[in-house]
Amino acid sequence: MSGFLTLLKRDLLLALREGGALGTALGFYLIVVTLMPLGLGPDLNLLTRIAPGILWVALLLAALLSLPRLFEADHDDGSLDVLALGHMPLELVAASKALAHWISTGIPLALMAPILGILLNLEARAYPLVIATMLAGTPAISFLGAIGAALTLKTRRGGLLLALLVLPFYVPTLIFGITSISAALLSPAGFQASFLILTAISLVSLVLGPVAAAAALRQHMQ
Amino acid sequence: MELGPHAAFIWASYAAVAIVLLALAAWLLWDGRRQRQLLEDLEARGVRRRPQR
Amino acid sequence: MTTDAATQTWTQRLANPTRFMALSGQILPWLTIAAIAVVLYGLYLTFFVAPPDYQQGETVKIMFIHVPSAWLAMMGYLMIAISSFGLLVFRHPLADVSAKSAAPIGAAFTLLALITGSLWGKPMWGTYWVWDARLTSVLILFFLYLGLMALRSSLEDETLAAKQTAVLGLAGVVILPIIKFSVDWWNTLHQPASVVKIDGPAIHSSILVPLVVNAVGFSLLFFALHMKAMRNEVLRRRVKALRMAEVEQAARGRDTSSATAG
Repeated sequence: MSGFLTLLKRDLLLALREGGALGTALGFYLIVVTLMPLGLGPDLNLLTRIAPGILWVALLLAALLSLPRLFEADHDDGSLDVLALGHMPLELVAASKALAHWISTGIPLALMAPILGILLNLEARAYPLVIATMLAGTPAISFLGAIGAALTLKTRRGGLLLALLVLPFYVPTLIFGITSISAALLSPAGFQASFLILTAISLVSLVLGPVAAAAALRQHMQ
Repeated sequence: MELGPHAAFIWASYAAVAIVLLALAAWLLWDGRRQRQLLEDLEARGVRRRPQR
Repeated sequence: MTTDAATQTWTQRLANPTRFMALSGQILPWLTIAAIAVVLYGLYLTFFVAPPDYQQGETVKIMFIHVPSAWLAMMGYLMIAISSFGLLVFRHPLADVSAKSAAPIGAAFTLLALITGSLWGKPMWGTYWVWDARLTSVLILFFLYLGLMALRSSLEDETLAAKQTAVLGLAGVVILPIIKFSVDWWNTLHQPASVVKIDGPAIHSSILVPLVVNAVGFSLLFFALHMKAMRNEVLRRRVKALRMAEVEQAARGRDTSSATAG
């Protein structure tokens, strides 16, 4: 367990020191959200209605942008091979990397969403809902994304391929993230069911992601 | 045979199935013939697999 | 080799590519003939025997190919999943051949399910595309097929490509029910009761019989195409192995000739 925490701390420190990845993701998020009203027209009522959806879709795209780097640096400099030889199971290594990605990218993106909500004239009562669903849903994005990042580690044109592989896996998270917001806006009672399923999907991905990612990483090592 | 007001849609869907499946079958036949040809050429040149395989 | 054949399971016996080629070479012509015959009989039933549906009219004829296509789209993925499992767990030599061959065929049937579905939707629902639960989940299945093929083609090392594709295929199996269920749930919230179901409990036999005949015919066709694709793939790998051997022979020949000359 201490190995897990050490690795997590190391990855978070790296993300913090580098800084570039997070800045790119946040900047991309801002750009995509800005482009939407330009494409759809400045009708504020329309924007209010579709704001949660735009915020969620743009968040998926922004998170996707930083996924290829999940294992890349460690693979290039050989530290992944060292980690694979160590006594810590590769599943835990993958889990720690995905967790670091969630903390360093998922949480900042989720916290930035309400600020971008202002641009989209998001309803006042939707702000806490957007943050809550994104915090509950983004672990799935990081942990399922780890599968794609591990699979595309040695491929040509990895980034585009990663999007194709991973986006279908994000469908449940997107659907339940949006339905819990819209259900809550209609009636407070409807929120709980969707939100619990959203959390359940994140919990499932917490198991599936590291296991599949480690399986994919092992094939690279052989 | 009278297919009613939506005949065009029915014909279009059957045409799509025919085109896609025939294209798939034609490609498989062509590919099979080509691989067999390549194999025969290699064998004619006396290429053998290594004995330990 | 022949003495222990009785104790082996049929999958183990097929592990030898030469034996697979011999066996499939015998089966394939009959399978093809059977597939074509049943498909032609199904077409005859569809166009000359089956009455128009009381609700859908003649467009029910589209259902006769749409439903088998959609069914085979799912079966193709199931086949990839089983093959992936066979590759990763049992290291079966033909498993990857099967998985690789099934992907384009499954994708073709998925595409056909989408095309025929939207051609049925236009006269029935008034639009080519509805974000209906079934359509959406089949579209996602199509993306999964594309992802499998793209991942395989982007990895140059074939053994690695086989294993990575198998990992993706199995991960897809785990997530597919969740996607299906989420899409169903999402759809019922937004536009309930738009799904016209053909598979009710009260489906008349005049409709059911052509449907079943077509389903059997197209399944046979699927198996025939898959077997042919697998045979091609085995040949392709042989060609590749022989080419490698040729290069090695050439290299070795040069070494020995230079050694004797020098």
